[in-house]
Amino acid sequence: MQPSDSRKTPLTFDTIEPGSGLAAALAKSRADIIGEVSASNLKGRGGAGFPTGTKWNLAAAARVHGEAAKYVICNADEGEPGTFKDRVLLTAYADLVFEGMTIAARAIGATRGLLYLRGEYVYLRPHLEAVLDRRRKAGQLGADILGTPGFEFDIEIRMGAGAYVCGEETALIESLEGHRGEPRNRPPFPVNTGFMGQPTVVNNVETLASVTAIFAKGAAWFRGIGTEKSSGFKLFSVSGDCDAPGVYEFPLGITIAELLERVGGTGAKAVQVGGASGQAVPASQFGRRIAFEDLATGGSIIVFGPGRDMLHVAKNFMEFFVEESCGQCTPCRAGNAKLLEGIERLERGACSSAYLNELVRLCETMQVASKCGLGQSSPNAFLSIVTNFQDEILGRTPADR
Amino acid sequence: MSGEVKAGQDTSRAPSSQRIQQVAAPPDVLQMIGGQITVTIDGTDVKVPMGTTVLEAARQIGIRIPTLCHHPDLCVAGVCRICVVEVEGQRTLQAACAYPITGSLKVKTHTRKVRQARRHILDLLLSTHYGECYSCKRNNNCELQSLAKEYGVDFYRFGHVTESQYPKDESSYSVIRDMDKCILCRRCVRTCIDVQEVGTLEAVGRSNRTRISTFLDKPLAGVVCINCGQCINRCPTGALHANDTSDEVWRAIDDPTKHVVIQTAPSPRAGIGECFGCEPGTPLTFQLNTALRLCGFDKVFDTNFSADLTIIEEGTELLGRLYRALVKQEPAAFPQFTSCSPGWVKYLEHFYPEYIPNLSSAKSPQQMFGAVIKTYYAKTHNIDPKDIVTVALMPCSAKKFECNRPEMAGSGFKDVDYGLTTRELAQMIMEAGIHLPDMPKSGFDDPFGDRTGSGVIFGATGGVMEAALRTVLELVTGRKVEKLFEHANIVPVRGFDGVRYVELPITQVADEVPALIRHVIPTFEFLKGATLKLAVAHGTANAHKVLEDIKAGGKLSECHFIEFMACPGGCIGGGGQPIPTSPEIRAARARAIYAEDMESDVRKSHENPAVARLYSEFFTDGPCGHLAHELLHTHYTARGKHIG
Amino acid sequence: MLVSQQQKLQEEIRALVARHGRTRAALMPVLQELQEKYASITDFAMQVVADELGIHPSEVYGVVSFYAFLHHEPKGRFQIRLCQTISCDLAGKARVAKQLENELGIAFGETTPDGRFSLEWASCLGMCDQGPALLVNDRVYTRVTAEQAHRIIEECRSVFGAHATQAAHA
Ligand SMILES: Cc1cc2nc3c(=O)[nH]c(=O)nc-3n(C[C@H](O)[C@H](O)[C@H](O)COP(=O)(O)O)c2cc1C
Ligand code: SF4
Ligand code: SF4
Ligand code: SF4
Ligand code: SF4
Ligand code: FES
Repeated sequence: MQPSDSRKTPLTFDTIEPGSGLAAALAKSRADIIGEVSASNLKGRGGAGFPTGTKWNLAAAARVHGEAAKYVICNADEGEPGTFKDRVLLTAYADLVFEGMTIAARAIGATRGLLYLRGEYVYLRPHLEAVLDRRRKAGQLGADILGTPGFEFDIEIRMGAGAYVCGEETALIESLEGHRGEPRNRPPFPVNTGFMGQPTVVNNVETLASVTAIFAKGAAWFRGIGTEKSSGFKLFSVSGDCDAPGVYEFPLGITIAELLERVGGTGAKAVQVGGASGQAVPASQFGRRIAFEDLATGGSIIVFGPGRDMLHVAKNFMEFFVEESCGQCTPCRAGNAKLLEGIERLERGACSSAYLNELVRLCETMQVASKCGLGQSSPNAFLSIVTNFQDEILGRTPADR
Repeated sequence: MSGEVKAGQDTSRAPSSQRIQQVAAPPDVLQMIGGQITVTIDGTDVKVPMGTTVLEAARQIGIRIPTLCHHPDLCVAGVCRICVVEVEGQRTLQAACAYPITGSLKVKTHTRKVRQARRHILDLLLSTHYGECYSCKRNNNCELQSLAKEYGVDFYRFGHVTESQYPKDESSYSVIRDMDKCILCRRCVRTCIDVQEVGTLEAVGRSNRTRISTFLDKPLAGVVCINCGQCINRCPTGALHANDTSDEVWRAIDDPTKHVVIQTAPSPRAGIGECFGCEPGTPLTFQLNTALRLCGFDKVFDTNFSADLTIIEEGTELLGRLYRALVKQEPAAFPQFTSCSPGWVKYLEHFYPEYIPNLSSAKSPQQMFGAVIKTYYAKTHNIDPKDIVTVALMPCSAKKFECNRPEMAGSGFKDVDYGLTTRELAQMIMEAGIHLPDMPKSGFDDPFGDRTGSGVIFGATGGVMEAALRTVLELVTGRKVEKLFEHANIVPVRGFDGVRYVELPITQVADEVPALIRHVIPTFEFLKGATLKLAVAHGTANAHKVLEDIKAGGKLSECHFIEFMACPGGCIGGGGQPIPTSPEIRAARARAIYAEDMESDVRKSHENPAVARLYSEFFTDGPCGHLAHELLHTHYTARGKHIG
Repeated sequence: MLVSQQQKLQEEIRALVARHGRTRAALMPVLQELQEKYASITDFAMQVVADELGIHPSEVYGVVSFYAFLHHEPKGRFQIRLCQTISCDLAGKARVAKQLENELGIAFGETTPDGRFSLEWASCLGMCDQGPALLVNDRVYTRVTAEQAHRIIEECRSVFGAHATQAAHA
């Protein structure tokens, strides 16, 4: 009943000496720090895959409005179903995460950092506070960090309160500012107008830890791992029908088949790549690669064994989105509810193909017209299941339940 | 002599997502702000200043993009998504209302994807929309309904609710909430928080349980609401509407034992034409008189009469306070605040009860008229006041609450029995089969037929101040106001700036105080060389700024007299006025009002012969005298903010 | 609430606001501390918070009603949140849920009449490799079986001590 260590493979992060990355970064000029990150070709590990170097560059160039300063925010709201690698990182490698934030601060000229920790992980807070305290005492946070004159930066932990949408960076900022977690219009983007209207970098926990690794071992080393477009190693949160669920590290570009081999999930019927907002990949496509150029993911892998009812899966995902939609914009607020209703019709065997097609078109509208990534991606799972498992979901009888 | 009060920093409390977006761009591009950018919309080029939204740019070249959550008075929301357009190079569609132009763009506004998305959004909104257009207050004037027509909605693609989901909130005298018809555009929320600083309404809950509600979902009458109705004016649907008492008014008209009199305020007369298809700013004052008689009202009076009365009472009160403070060294609350806007009065009672002594004790013109009708008029016309029904045509939903205040019955009878909004009266006129613009003109009824331009301009922000100044300056200086201001137009107090501040030095004073007010103030000598400091504010968010400045001992705390109007633009923008509203529409209505003022033969309250007659025949102990206090003045309740 | 209690709460909120800063950005931390201490945020508390931060009570209510971990209605001393998302679902959350309901005699979304336990669904708790997972306040339990439901509840009861346990059995 007590949680156990999720790690199933050795992680590169084990080999990174805390402090080494930060020291290496502080030896460089601010422009060179960003240059190094860009050279590594690191792309955001939170799901969207935006190039981290570019993001930092924009924030570094952005002008501060008025007196205040820039911010670095670590997105530790990890709420995507099937994702738990950030929890592992915060538990076992918190130093590397805070170091990544400190490097980001140096790069963009920020003085305050915030770690937005999801409410469900409140039990990690004492540990994280202790690490922060230790780092302050060691001169790794505070004024003149590691003897770098004028480099002042500190980190504060702020808690989420049970809202998946607050993982979306602008909703996260709204939440930090004391509002309902409702995503903002973009543009402007947080790199220009973020927390308190100031230029703000929001990065995922793993992105920041990877930054530290990149400075400890060099951009060239990082680029040498993975594929041309998807550099580096990646943590995967694997769950569902496999022998050894847990956190794995693989280079990007791994195929689903290879991955299933490693986690003891061969024979699966489908794999959900990218969590609830990702897609259900059927066995026929297990040759596809997990990389930004093919199946992008924040690392969530959910394996569905041969006996699983994919309509039930679709329903579980849709219930999640109905519950977690912020309710602000029409396509997502009302659209998810309509899709769920459609799934319930399918369950009852009472959905015509015409209506199903209507719902598929509604999915397209949600994908293009929703205000934020939640509504834009919430139809994905439904769509992929309707597309790939149509004969399984149509014409159900009570016996199929 | 006119000084600008800086609006101060942005006090908007709206979530940053719903505030006007800062244009954000790298520094080199920032240089270009103010510069022009060419964008291509549906193949047509248009040059716009950096930061213009796609919606604004499209409107400039006559391309219509539908909107629901957008409103010209409010900050951006970008939540309904009906305005989505295709922007070349973007994976998703973009909300035109929220997309600032910071570089050249190619936009398409009606591609297949766009049309499908808009139709789906309407289908989704309608799937949860419970209500039928023909039993709806907004039938034919509803943005959702027009869009459904525009996009050819002929069936409910995603079904339709067949049962009410929310009970109607009919607790308020002023505003009724029918959330079954709410489309969650949040225009009311932004209005109530940003424009009015009252914060009654907010989005509550999340996901598809999100609803617009009050603190703890309490009925409107149980929370802090100033009844201003600004939320109604900006609601695109029938989800919010005024508490309509026209049935009761018809009943009174139908009852032969009742003597039904109506007073009409200037703002509705400048606005009511809009309900009949006229351009905003078409005054129908005299056509309306004819129509009202046809409807069956026994007498039609002009609220201007009691506006003039208000000026005399309130002006006398002000001079009295000045005299007490400056000559007799007695305590007197300054600045004196106007009290004719019931929304503002309730705002003060809730949020700044400690400033109640500053409020003029004079009733609003609506209430003064009611009191005069049920006393003086009843007596002189030999009608039992219990048989008189007083109706007021007002631009305002707060007037409905005001006339039901228990203290508003100094004569033993309710001063005003029913307050009707412009929209409701227009409805009654239509019901009577009358097309208002076609009516012949006719005048007001005696004995209150005399009216002045001062009463007319009460309708626009700054109007009460201007009317008061016309009288006070003339009495105090002994010189014609026309000598001080061309055509007696006191332009510095006009306009639509949120807060306006004016200083008027008094260089000379009249030798003698007019007999009418000599009992309050025996001499003007003490005012010689003094400088009158005055301010005007409209919209309670601006009132909030003024009061905070006063509290902090700022420049406005030195004012002698401040005019407050709860509604943006003053009464012409009242919560009972025709829908829609916008800065342009309000400006047009204001123009109509100032034009009516210019056309008046008499333009100063103290020159109104009917008012003079009233004092000589009835209020014989003069302005602010005993009887006046009983009938024309009132008191206030410190309500505070706590919601029990 | 008694006047003295109200005053105490007011003092407490003022101290919280002083600590977190008199800005709207302090709203979440202040509400979270109140939630943790009192298991709900009362009408009165919301109004005091609004006053102290210079915002409207409706806005505080809007925020409280948005977040799953903030409550206006009183919740149990122990809030049991069972993950309902896919991995825990595949791992058998349905039977755990049923048994929790059986043990407590309440349905999800309800609180026991003695005010001790509330049963709620949660979205993904980030324990997907060890599901079914549940949170009891800030403590996480993993690989929970229907059989263990009873033990988890007993563990909570023992926190109350002998006295409270007696009361619960009475
Ligand atoms: C609905 C939604 C939820 C998200 N949740 C998370 C999350 O839990 N953690 C995260 O790092 N990013 C999340 N993101 C992505 C963030 O918006 C943002 O892109 C990311 O934090 C940027 O960091 P990165 O570039 O380092 O990946 C989410 C996005 C959406 C639309
Ligand atoms: S897409 Fe969904 S979560 Fe995103 S803003 Fe719209 S309603 Fe909110
Ligand atoms: S709100 Fe509009 S669409 Fe709805 S019933 Fe009224 S008129 Fe019709
Ligand atoms: S009437 Fe005025 S105060 Fe009341 S809810 Fe509407 S906008 Fe807010
Ligand atoms: S009540 Fe009207 S203005 Fe307010 S959100 Fe609903 S539809 Fe929009
Ligand atoms: S009008 Fe643009 S999103 Fe509503």
